[in-house]
Amino acid sequence: MLMFIAEILVALLIVIGSTFALIGSFGLVKLPDLVTRLHGPTKATTLGVGAVLIASMVYFTVLEGEFSFHELVITLFLFLTAPLTANIIAKAYMHRHIRHDSLPPTNRTEGWATYDPPGEEGPLVPTQKPVTEPPATPPAKA
Amino acid sequence: MIELALVYGFIALALALLCTAWRLSFGPTMPDRILALDTMVIDALALVILYGIHHGRSVLFEAAILIAMVGFISTVAYCRFILRGDVIE
Repeated sequence: MLMFIAEILVALLIVIGSTFALIGSFGLVKLPDLVTRLHGPTKATTLGVGAVLIASMVYFTVLEGEFSFHELVITLFLFLTAPLTANIIAKAYMHRHIRHDSLPPTNRTEGWATYDPPGEEGPLVPTQKPVTEPPATPPAKA
Repeated sequence: MIELALVYGFIALALALLCTAWRLSFGPTMPDRILALDTMVIDALALVILYGIHHGRSVLFEAAILIAMVGFISTVAYCRFILRGDVIE
């Protein structure tokens, strides 16, 4: 009985996880802009891989009889690194493709973290003009 | 039942890898391609895990850990190269 429940659990987790990974990667194709495209892989695909890893853990613990905690390490590592990669990819995109004076004001003493120095000096360029249209993204050269 | 779920998972992850390959080929900007590579690494990681379940081997998790670490470090290095013009200053 336990075996049967574990089999159902593993199959369900595999299906859910791979579906989430597929949805996240499809969002990478479907969404219009990089800043929106970041949502798919960083949330859906990470959740899908987490579900697949939990399925693998249940499979090897219950059905194969060997306890394994490698998956927990991988899950922890992925959940720690997904926000970091999203943050640094967004920073690279802003650095290359978004003009500083097209950003809204931060309404505090510090400026934008990617452009302005840290601390109380404030923004180098006054950012007053709100964003009205997405910035033109010329095709990258290489 | 697990075999059927595994077949479904292999097909879904193959389609996911095709989506990321499309974005990697036609992505208009450089950060798009970096994001596509990062997603491709995560999908390949899930594929390796499913392969491990399929064959009943837990040896492949070391490969999965290595793929995760190398993927993260390469993504950070590439973004840092764009941001600063150099990987290690």
